[in-house]
Amino acid sequence: MPKLIRNGRVVDDSAEILVLDETQAPEALTLPEGQVFVPLAVWQAHKGMLSGRAGVGVWLDSHESVEDLAEDLESLSAVALNFPKFTDGRAYSGAALLRSRYAFKGEVRAIGDVLRDQFFFMQRCGFDTLQPKAGKYSDAQLEEAVASLKDFSSPYQAAIDQPEPLFRRARRVA
Amino acid sequence: MYRYDPYDQKIVDERVAQFRDQTRRYLAGELTDDEFRPLRLQNGLYIQRHAPMLRVAVPYGLLSTTQIRKLAHIARTHDKGYAHVTTRQNFQFNWPELKVVPEILAELATVEMHAIQTSGACIRNITSDPFAGVAGDEYIDPRPWCEVLRQWSTFHPEFAFLPRKFKIAVNGAEQDRAVIQCHDIGLELKRDAAGEIGFRVLVGGGMGRTPIIGTEINDFVPWQHIITYCEAILRVYNRYGRRDNLYKARIKILVKALGIAEFKRQVEEEWAFGKNGPSTLTEAEVARVATHFTTPAYASLPAEDAGYAAQRSATPAFAAWARRNVLAHKVPGYAVVVLSLKDPQRAPGDITDAQLELVADLGDAYSFGEVRATHEQNLVLADVRQSDLFAVWEKARAAGLATPTFGLLTDMICCPGGDFCALANAKSIPIANAIQARFDDLDYLYDIGDIELNISGCMNSCGHHHVGHIGILGVDKNGSEWYQVSLGGSQGNNTSIGKVIGRAFAAAEMPDVISKVIDVYRAQRLDGERFIETVRRIGLDPFKIGVYGDAAIIERKQNA
Repeated sequence: MPKLIRNGRVVDDSAEILVLDETQAPEALTLPEGQVFVPLAVWQAHKGMLSGRAGVGVWLDSHESVEDLAEDLESLSAVALNFPKFTDGRAYSGAALLRSRYAFKGEVRAIGDVLRDQFFFMQRCGFDTLQPKAGKYSDAQLEEAVASLKDFSSPYQAAIDQPEPLFRRARRVA
Repeated sequence: MYRYDPYDQKIVDERVAQFRDQTRRYLAGELTDDEFRPLRLQNGLYIQRHAPMLRVAVPYGLLSTTQIRKLAHIARTHDKGYAHVTTRQNFQFNWPELKVVPEILAELATVEMHAIQTSGACIRNITSDPFAGVAGDEYIDPRPWCEVLRQWSTFHPEFAFLPRKFKIAVNGAEQDRAVIQCHDIGLELKRDAAGEIGFRVLVGGGMGRTPIIGTEINDFVPWQHIITYCEAILRVYNRYGRRDNLYKARIKILVKALGIAEFKRQVEEEWAFGKNGPSTLTEAEVARVATHFTTPAYASLPAEDAGYAAQRSATPAFAAWARRNVLAHKVPGYAVVVLSLKDPQRAPGDITDAQLELVADLGDAYSFGEVRATHEQNLVLADVRQSDLFAVWEKARAAGLATPTFGLLTDMICCPGGDFCALANAKSIPIANAIQARFDDLDYLYDIGDIELNISGCMNSCGHHHVGHIGILGVDKNGSEWYQVSLGGSQGNNTSIGKVIGRAFAAAEMPDVISKVIDVYRAQRLDGERFIETVRRIGLDPFKIGVYGDAAIIERKQNA
């Protein structure tokens, strides 16, 4: 079974990330059984039907705004944010907004070009689930990659994982 | 200056370990070139023409003599015996081997140094006034604020992969010496009517392919809110800055596209959520950082040292140096010394390991153990007694660090250019050296007076050519190197972007071209008028005629 990292541990995961190609109208799609992340367009086309179903999450591409999901977050257990390339950093802001402004308590999953050298930043911005592309890492490499979550022990600035900056958390003496 | 506490030290040590592992995985083939590139860039490591280039961070240009000696050691041990001071007040090494870079970083960490975020699409080294704390026109010392912002921006998780690089500068004096109008964010420290400290915030300035002067987005952000305000700007930029075109990805393009009113609306809407949150600065934190920048133990001295005056009378060469390279200090009896890195025998901004050792010795003996790097690629001893100036000069002169040309034509800003940089279209160092060779008569240089000549080897503008009174830009035309000349640029309070005067020149023509420009100035200037003032008064046409001749100008006007 495919594996990913959730809350700092390697776990099995069978969720399907549904991708829409240009020729497919969102209305025409048939959804697979089990846990699935649907594109924003599919969610918007089938919101009424999908919001009652267990195991349905929505994934946003990096140009799509979390604001478009704001009204629906209560009925969602998971949101995934795509990194088309790991150098496209928009999803860091997206995750931070989901956790802070919208107080989203469900799963926030990083998908796409998800690499261990960015795990630390992703976790700090509120991603609890990190899903590298299938085949990117062997099971052993993924276990090893968990270490990257602990690259730095006391970061300076506030973020989702540490809502207070170092100058409020620690007693620093000049 | 700021000294690390255990938290600062741990972050830098952990960075060394992280980069050591990343380099190991890269060399083992576990990381691809594409995956490794941003990681090494965010550690200041470029792959250049000859070897990797390592850019070491010098936060707001401040160095201890211990750090200077470490840089000398690295130049000697891991490089070819020299280093280069950059226009972001950083130090660069041009020849380190990739596999020893983790070792170099480990050595730097032992003296509270690093290479974090000296490149890459992230918040870069924060720059400031090299005369902070000693200039007479200072309102508020920018250094504590720079350090607060340095800590905030270091490994900021949300802003590590911005659309493009992001540069912040802070100034706290009447004269802007930090080029704040040409930064992604320019911060001017000021006080409001009630005496409270805050920041005038400029946004969207920059050089590069599309030079733009920054626009005021807020005329007073109280100090407590400066981090949340910057975060709001960065968040809007991170989300909406263009990522489809490298040349349109800087924040200045977003600000232009939205207009400052709409950009400000979006930023302040965002700020409403972060304002007063946990990142709001506390008095305790600012006080903690500020204790690192207290006034050194100055002696009580007469305003004018009698010996210093006598030495100047007795030794004309010393007087010449003192006239240009010694600046007023706010404390009586002290002076600010510019150690010139513009010896015509060397590339502008280059310094050897032996010179670095000497600078450290001078810093220890005469300037409280501190040295500063300037964006104009010189070094500064900020706190020298007037009575020590002669000794400083003698030692600096013997080491080739007393070229008496600070602020003159040959004290030019110059990027490493095509000799080193893989991005360059053309070489810049030989042009600088050729101009220095042409203008080697000190009396003539003094007659020309204050002038800024800046050279960039490509549109990325590391040599700040857009804001040079005379700007030289290396361009590629069908595979050969040409040089475009602009006039009328300026840094400081009246920042302006220079205008190109006409067709580009071959390298060999450049000394003649500069001579012709200077001839026009000397013929046209009014009494006491500086070069930039003459350019502003008479416009570019007289210079075009002087450089290209009447015929060329008339022909062009007819064809226009």
